[in-house]
Order: sequence, then structure tokens, then C-alpha cells
Amino acid sequence: MTLAVHCKQLTKVYDTGGQKVTALNGIDLDISTGELMMLVGPSGCGKTTLISVIAGILDQDAGLCELFGENLLTMRSKDKLNFRARNIGFVFQAFNLLPSLNAAENVSIPLIINGTKRSVAERTAKTVLEQVGLGARWQSLPSQLSGGQQQRVAIARALVHNPRLIVCDEPTSALDHKTGNTVMALLKDVAMHKDRTLVIVTHDARIFNFADRMAEMDDGHIIKIQANTAPPPPHS
Amino acid sequence: MNHIALKMLMGDTGKYIGIVMGLTFASLIMTQQPAIFVGLMSRSYSFISDVGLPDIWVMDAKVQFVDDIKPLQETELYRVRGISGVAWAMPMYKGLLKARLTDGTFQTCNVIGLDDATLIGGPPQMLEGTLEDLRRSDSVIVDIDGATDKLGKPSLLPGGKPTPLKLGDSLELNDRRAIVVGIAKVTRTFQSQPVVYTTYSRAKNYAPRERKLLSFVLVKAKPGQNPAELTRRIREATGLAAYTQAEFMELTYQYFMHNTGIPINFGISVLLGFIVGAAIAGQTFYNFTLENLRQFGVLKAMGTSNWVLLRMILLQAVLVGSIGYGLGVGLTALFGHAMRHTILAFKFPWQLLVFSGAGVSIICVFAALISIIKVIRLEPAIVFKG
Ligand SMILES: Nc1ncnc2c1ncn2[C@@H]1O[C@H](COP(=O)(O)OP(=O)(O)OP(=O)(O)O)[C@@H](O)[C@H]1O
Ligand SMILES: [Mg+2]
Repeated sequence: MTLAVHCKQLTKVYDTGGQKVTALNGIDLDISTGELMMLVGPSGCGKTTLISVIAGILDQDAGLCELFGENLLTMRSKDKLNFRARNIGFVFQAFNLLPSLNAAENVSIPLIINGTKRSVAERTAKTVLEQVGLGARWQSLPSQLSGGQQQRVAIARALVHNPRLIVCDEPTSALDHKTGNTVMALLKDVAMHKDRTLVIVTHDARIFNFADRMAEMDDGHIIKIQANTAPPPPHS
Repeated sequence: MNHIALKMLMGDTGKYIGIVMGLTFASLIMTQQPAIFVGLMSRSYSFISDVGLPDIWVMDAKVQFVDDIKPLQETELYRVRGISGVAWAMPMYKGLLKARLTDGTFQTCNVIGLDDATLIGGPPQMLEGTLEDLRRSDSVIVDIDGATDKLGKPSLLPGGKPTPLKLGDSLELNDRRAIVVGIAKVTRTFQSQPVVYTTYSRAKNYAPRERKLLSFVLVKAKPGQNPAELTRRIREATGLAAYTQAEFMELTYQYFMHNTGIPINFGISVLLGFIVGAAIAGQTFYNFTLENLRQFGVLKAMGTSNWVLLRMILLQAVLVGSIGYGLGVGLTALFGHAMRHTILAFKFPWQLLVFSGAGVSIICVFAALISIIKVIRLEPAIVFKG
């Protein structure tokens, strides 16, 4: 098994007007390809900070973070953008769809950023929307979709360019339990395969059993990593 | 990514209209106010431009503008006629005289006396009667605005419109009879008094007895004569001032520019329009970017470069700028068209299009710039913030 993410003594300190907050305090973490890793822990323990560094949208202050063997910190900013555009998919708690773009247009954005022609990108987007069960709703604006449907569009957007890593920050927190479960099952179903890694930050204990492994954080440290022995729940 | 930028912009119809309206307002103010200003300033010299035939105007050396009459002795006319290169030289009287209307009230009129033989310097357009009718005794030609308004017979009803002066009606200039034989259309001037045309010799009779009554000598250069060269010769030979028509217009224009409050008043309103327009349009555009910051952040996190984001914002600014500019200029033109028959001064030369275009561009570039700075500084990590 190859390493997707390799973090060694990762440290991040936020400095807001003289007041220093150590959000990551010497994180050691390896995540394999094909693995679904969950990050859990109390509010403010540094989960979001950690996936931001892993996804290459935030620079650490010390320590090493490698993604598929590449050190993003030392990459030229243009190469870093290209690396992100090709290799990473994002899913957010608040969906973050562009409100004036319809579902297909939203899903096509990562392809367009990667230089795909608009017509090709939107056609591909529609097939991915079918995979998440929204093939018929490709023309809908985000405001015309329910929360669960919007998150499914966001999952399609995270998948459309076939990235090697998908990072999700609280993907089910804005959804009710049943919808959250459906969305997680879908995510695991369509997103997971042996060449792809998922890192999911969550508070939501009810989705823990979707994980392969779970890293528990507190106050900028990883205090425990455990493998999931319970079988994943039946799809609902 | 361009289509995404346009959809972002037009997706929120309310804000989109807000930005466009701000820019429309700015461009309207920056075009319409200067158009009135240019129109007003062109009135300062419209009497000169109305007199088409002569090349050169000769007058007292101390004259500062067209209504600043400093009479000459009549012998000057003959001296000018004697200068080589002069094809002809004609006298003109211009002065303010009191007219007594039939109801006994008085009205100051701008009386123009034309050379008895040639009638050179007459009104640019006759509406009723002909210029030749001035050869009849006691005859005068009155401008249409004066005839319908200030020289008209007052209405019997309070607040009613006066009955316009007609051909054959008479009035009294300095106790002498004057009979209306023609109605003319003249370009409006700053002076709102009625304009009354008559012959030079009759104007002298109407005017109070004075030693000097000659206001201007109108000169035509011989074919092939350089007018600038001829004005120099006239100045040297007579010690009077001699200007080509364009120079005299410029002199008058400059007098009003430097000695009246018109430029400063309009300058202030144009500046205010610019500031208010810039504030509204710049503000709404910047707010629009701020509100979309999260969307830009998402694009950035997904790997969009600052350069592409910059192009997107510029495209948005160019689009709202062009629409606002087009609407503002269009509204100005409509305004000018609607006002064409009124007393309002309005002139819309192409330079004004450039002026307001530059103004709107500055506003848009500025608004886009501060938005771009904000987006470039944006940390993509904000996308995970709640
Ligand atoms: N941009 C920032 N500037 C300053 N401090 C920050 C910033 N982002 C996070 N922090 C601080 O860093 C610490 C870790 O924050 P982080 O967002 O990573 O926590 P979290 O585990 O994701 O919390 P939650 O579960 O509430 O989302 C917190 O104390 C937080 O206040
Ligand atoms: Mg968080």
C-alpha cells in the first residue's frame, strides 16, 4: 500500500495580533491510498487546520507534509495550484456551491479549472450527477435543491475530475441524521476505490462506522488512532 | 471561466441592477452636466457665429467680449475700407434700447443696426417676412422668442400667455415708431432680451444721441487673403482690435470662462456627480466582490490562479461599466432631445463621450482594483470556515 498523506511533526501556529494559538502541535499521521480516514475531536482541537494543510490550502509553520510523495510547501505556487486542481476534491459543511450556477455547471468547475472545454466538462458533469442520483436535476440551481441534494451535487463536484484525494469538513453536520447517513453511504459508495483516499473531519458519531480508521485529536495533538472493527452499516 | 464570472455577476439580479444603476447615474451626471455647460458657454458667442458672412470683426481695442460695446467713430469705417486686402467693410450697431409696448410697459431690447445698403449681419433664419423688408420705413425684424414672450401683448387673464407680436404690429423705440415686418429665428445668447434688427441709420435714430455709435466694423477679406495677416494689418493701421470670427468667439468664451461663476459651478456639479457615482458604483461593486469572496475562495482552493480570478473580476467590471456608460449616455441624449425646444442650453460634442467614458472607466478600474486586491490576498483556507 502506498502512502497518500505523510505528516511528520506538523505544527501550525495562528498569530492574530500578538495572540498565538497553536492549532497543530507536532502531528504525526500517515494515510494510505484507498483508505477512508476520519478525524474526530472536540471543537477547536485543530481538525480543520489539519485537513487545510493536507489539502495544500494552508502552509504549516514547521514539520513535513507530503501528498503522494510531493512536498507542497516547497512547490512553486503555480505548480501547487495545478497539483491541487488535478489531485484534490473538496466537500464542505456549507456545500459552497456557486448560487447562480446550476448543478451541472457547478459540478463542471474542477474540469474547467483543469482546462477542459466547457461543453465536454458539462457533459461529464451530468454523468457524475447521475451517479449521485441527481441526473434529472442537472438544471436546478442550488436554491432549488434540498440540503442533502446540494451535498450530493458537492460530492459530484469533488469527484468529477477523478482526484486522488478528497477532503471533507463536516460533510453531514448541516443535514439531518437520515440524510447524513444517505450522503455518507453515497460518498463511500461512489468515491472510494483502491486508488483514492478520503479524509473526513466530523463531529457526527453516527457516521464513525463508515471509517476505515479514525484519528482522535485534542488540542493540536493526535491522541489516538484506531481501526474500525465494526462493519459499515447497511445502506439506507 | 468567463461564463462563470458572468453568471456570478448576473445571478443576483438585484445587486447587478444596483451596480449598473450606480454607473448609469455617474455617467449620466458626467455627460449631462457638461453638455449643459458646453451649451451654455456656446451661447456666449452665438451672436458672433450667427453672423456668417464677414471674416473679421473690428472694434475698440478695449472690448473684452461681444456684449462689451465700446463705440467707435464712424470715420474708422472708412479707414478700414482703405486697408489693402479688404474686400468690403460694413458698419454694425449693437446696443440695448428701451422699447415701449402698446400697453405702455417698457422692455429692454438688444437692437442690431445693419448696413443700410447690404443688410450684412442679419439674422441667420427668417420665419416670416424677408430681410429686404427692412428697407421699408420704420421697419424692424424681431426674433421669435422675443415676439412670443417679452414683446407680446400681456394676457387679459392673470397668469395667461401673452399674445405674440405679429407682422404689422408696432412698438416704440425711444419714442420713435417701429413696425414689425419680419420674424426671425436667432440662436439664444446669454442675454435674454428680445433681439430687434433694423438698419444702421435707423438704429442711430433710435439710439440716444451720442458722439460715437459704431459698435463693430464687419470685414470681408479679398479672395486669397490670409485673414490672420489681414487682422494684423488692420490693427497696425487703425490701432483698433481686429479678430477673425473664431478669435472673437474665443475671446468672448474666455471672458465668460474667467469672469463668471459658470465654470466653477458646473465643475463642482460634475465633480460631485463623479464622486457620488464613483461612491455608489464602486461601493456596490466592491460589496458584490466581498459577498462573493467565499465563492472566489472555493475557486481558489480548487486551483484557480490569481491571474484567472483577476480576469474574471475585470470582465465583470467591464461589463457593468459598458452597460452603465451606454445607458447614461443614452439617457443624456434622450434628455437633450426632449429639451431641444426649450430655453435649456444643451450641446453634446463627441469629446463629452470621451470625457464621461474616461470617468466611468476610472470608476470601474478603481472598483475592480480594490476588489482584485481583496481576492488576491484571500486565503483559500477560508473555505472551511463556517
Ligand atoms: N484563521 C485563524 N486565525 C486564528 N486562529 C485560528 C484560525 N483558524 C483557527 N484558529 C484557531 O485554531 C484552533 C484550531 O482551529 P480549527 O478550526 O482547526 O479547529 P476544529 O477542530 O476544526 O474546530 P471545529 O470542530 O469547531 O470546527 C482554534 O483554537 C481556533 O480558534
Ligand atoms: Mg472545523
